[in-house]
Amino acid sequence: MTEKQNIPVGNIDDIYQETRDWHVNAGGIKIVAKRMAGRFRRLKWFGMSIWLVLFFGPYFRWNGDQAVLFDIPNRQFNFLDITVFPQDIWMLSLTLLFFAILLAAVTSVAGRVFCGYFCFQTVWTDVYTFIETKLEGNTPQKALKFKNAPWTLNKTVRVVSKHSLWLAIAVLTGVSFTAWFTDAFQLWHDYLNLQAAMPAWVVLGMFTGGTYLFAGFMREQVCFWLCPYARLQGVMYDQDTVLPSYDAERGEPRGKVKKGQLDAHKGSCIDCNVCVAVCPTGIDIRKGQQEGCITCGMCIDACDSIMEKTHQPHGLIRYASYKELHHNVNVATWFKRPRVIIYSLILLTALSGVIYGFINLSPTEFKVIHQRQPLFVRLSDGSIQNKYTLKLLNKTKEPLQIQYSIKGLEGATLHGLNNVLTIEPGKVIPITALVRIPLEKLNNDIAPIIFTGEVISNPSLSINYKSMFIGPK
Amino acid sequence: MAANKKKPDQVTDTGHEWDGIRELNNPCPRWWLNALYLSGLLVVVYFVLYPSLPLVNGSTKGLLGWTQIKEYKEDLAKVEARRGPFEKKLAMMTAEEILADQEMLNYAIGSSKVLFGDNCAACHGMGGTPVEGAGYPVLADDDWLFGGTINEIMMSIANGRAGMMPAHADLLNSEEVDQLVQFVIDSSKGVKNEAGLALYNTKGCVACHGADAKGVKAMGSANFTDKIWRFSGDEEQIRHTILHGVNAANDPATRIAVMPQWSEKLAIMIEARQYAIEEDEDPNEIDWDDELDGDEAERLTETEIKKLAVYVHQFGGGQ
Repeated sequence: MTEKQNIPVGNIDDIYQETRDWHVNAGGIKIVAKRMAGRFRRLKWFGMSIWLVLFFGPYFRWNGDQAVLFDIPNRQFNFLDITVFPQDIWMLSLTLLFFAILLAAVTSVAGRVFCGYFCFQTVWTDVYTFIETKLEGNTPQKALKFKNAPWTLNKTVRVVSKHSLWLAIAVLTGVSFTAWFTDAFQLWHDYLNLQAAMPAWVVLGMFTGGTYLFAGFMREQVCFWLCPYARLQGVMYDQDTVLPSYDAERGEPRGKVKKGQLDAHKGSCIDCNVCVAVCPTGIDIRKGQQEGCITCGMCIDACDSIMEKTHQPHGLIRYASYKELHHNVNVATWFKRPRVIIYSLILLTALSGVIYGFINLSPTEFKVIHQRQPLFVRLSDGSIQNKYTLKLLNKTKEPLQIQYSIKGLEGATLHGLNNVLTIEPGKVIPITALVRIPLEKLNNDIAPIIFTGEVISNPSLSINYKSMFIGPK
Repeated sequence: MAANKKKPDQVTDTGHEWDGIRELNNPCPRWWLNALYLSGLLVVVYFVLYPSLPLVNGSTKGLLGWTQIKEYKEDLAKVEARRGPFEKKLAMMTAEEILADQEMLNYAIGSSKVLFGDNCAACHGMGGTPVEGAGYPVLADDDWLFGGTINEIMMSIANGRAGMMPAHADLLNSEEVDQLVQFVIDSSKGVKNEAGLALYNTKGCVACHGADAKGVKAMGSANFTDKIWRFSGDEEQIRHTILHGVNAANDPATRIAVMPQWSEKLAIMIEARQYAIEEDEDPNEIDWDDELDGDEAERLTETEIKKLAVYVHQFGGGQ
C-alpha cells in the first residue's frame, strides 16, 4: 500500500470559488447592448444587408416566371432558365457539402464569421434590438428606467410601436420565406384574400411566431442553448485562428485613469467596461475566448474608440490568433495551414461538382429496368425473350417524340415498341419492351445490350442506356 | 431564486454532504421548468383528445374520436377516389380497347399486380413463370394451350380450364410407348420420325394433338413441334405423361392440371356474345335474364377478370 499523498486541504468551500467567476446568463438578465459606430458595425450592416435577398428575391421575374422557385408540388427547382429535377438531387448534396465545409474553413481562419455577421438569429436580433434601443433607451440603466416608469401615453405608444414593428418584420419574414416556394405575387393575393393554402398559413405562422419569439425575446439565449453551430464551431478553432481577443499582456493590470493621466504602472485597459456594454451576448471578452462570443467585433469598435480618447494605440482588443497573443514565432499564414488547404480542396471539389452538374444538366433522363421475375422466358421457337421497362423523363419544356431502338447484341430484335412515343414536359412514361434473340446467337448467359431513345425532333438529345440481356446458363 | 447562484456559501443546501462536498439547492432555470410543465400539460391535452385510458371494454374514446382504423379507412377512401374514374372507365371498355389505350393499359397493369398476386401467382408465379417442374403453365411465353388472344385468355380465366388426356398404360405396349416418346422428342427438334408418326396416327394421338402435331386449341392439347414443354422435356417425364395421361379418371398417377373457374357468369356471357356474333346478331341485345339464372358462381368480377387478362396478356406472350 502506498501512502496517500498529502495534499494541503484549505477551506472546502474553495472548490466553489470558480463558480463566482463563472457567470452564465440563462435568460435571467436581459442584455441591452449599447450601439456604437465603427468598422465592425459597418461590416455587420453589410453582412446583414445580404439578407435583403430573402425579402426581394422572389419578385424577380425571368421569361415571365419567377426567377428562382422551389416548386415542391411539381417536384422541380426553377432557377432562371434551368430546371432541376429530383433526379439531379446529388447536386444539392454537393451544395450542402460546400456550405458545411465553407463554414468550417471560414471558422478555422477567422472564427465565427457566420455567427457574427450573417446568421439569421443574430441579424434579426440586431434589427429587433435596434428598434428596441431607439424606443426604450440604449443602455441597461435607461431600459430599466423605462421599464419601471409609470404607464404614460408616451410609454404605451413606444411599447406598442416596438411590438408592432417586430411583428411586421416577423410577418414579412414569413411571407418572404414562403414566396420562394410558390408564385410570390399570387401568394400575396392569396394571403390578403385569406385564401392561401393550409401549408402557406402554417409556414407563415411558424416563421412569424419563430421570428418574434427568437429575435424579440430569446436572442442570445438561442446561441447559448439552442444552436448546435455555436457549440461545434469551437472545435474548428486552432491556435492560428484569428479571433476578437483582449491583449491581456498589454492591458493588465487594468485600472481607472484620471483624464489625461496615464499611469505607467498600469496596463492599457482603463476598465471602462464599454466592451462589455456593447456586447450583444453580454460577455466580457477580457475573460478570454468563450462560448458566448459570436465574434461580431463590436467590442473592438468600442475599445478602439476608448483608446482614441485616452491617446493610446488601437488594438487592445483586436482580431488576433492565440499564437500571436502568446508571441509564438510559428504563426502560419492562413493559406499555409494544412487544415485550410484541405478544406479549400474539398470546397473546390464540391463547387466543381455543382458547376459540372449545372453545365451538363441533361435534358432527358433515361432508365431501362430489366425485369427480374422472370429473368428470361423461353419462347416456342426456342428463342429467349427478356422484358424491360423503359422510362424516359422529359426535362425540357417541349414535348419529345421518342423512337426506341436497340443495338450491341447481334440477332436481337425489339418488340412491342414500334410506335413513336410522345412524352410531355416534366413527365415520364414507363413503357414495356420485349427483346428476343435466337438461343444459338446468345453466347453468354449475360450479354450487354444498348437501348437508344432517339428524339425525332432533335437527334442531339438522343440518349443511350446500357443494360443486360440474360439467358439460360 | 437564481440570485444566489454566484455565492455558493450563501446558497441553501439540501443537507446532503459527502466528504465536505455539499449538495447545493440551486433550482433549474425557469424556462426549463416551464417547458417541463408545458409538456405535462400536453400529456393531459393528449389524454383528453385521443383514446388513452384502457378500460375493461375498450378504452376511452377521446374528444376527437380518432382511431387508427378510421385513419386507415380515410386514406383508403382517398386512394379509391383517385382510382374511381379509372375503374369506371375500365368497366366500360372491352379488354381489346384497354390494350389499345396506353394510359388505361398502364393503369390496368399497375393496379392488377395485387390482384394477380392474390389469385394467380400461387400457381403461375409472380411474373407468370411458375417454379420449374411444378407443372403449371408459363404465362409469359408465346405458347398458349387454349389460345393467347385477349378474349381467349379472358375465357380461360372466367371458365377455368381442365384439358384431358387418357392414360395409355393399358393401351400401348412398352415398345410403342418408347417409340412415341422418341417421336415427341424428335418433333420438338424438328427431326422426322416416320415410324413414330405412323404410330401417332394409328394409336389415336392425332385425334387430340392434330394432324400436324401442333395441338388443338379447342381441347387445349399440347403442341409437340415447338420448344416448350407443357410438363417436361425429360424422357422419363414424357413417358409418364403418355402412360398416365392428364386429369385421367381412375389413374392415381395421372397428372393434375386444373385451372379453376373464376366466374361462371362471365363465361356464360362471353359464350353468348360470341354465339350472337357468329349468328350475325347484335351482342348488345342479348336478353341476359334468359341466359343467366342469377345464381352463377362469381369469384372475381368481370372488371377484375378483364384487368387480369390484360395483365397476363402483357407478360410478353399475348397474341
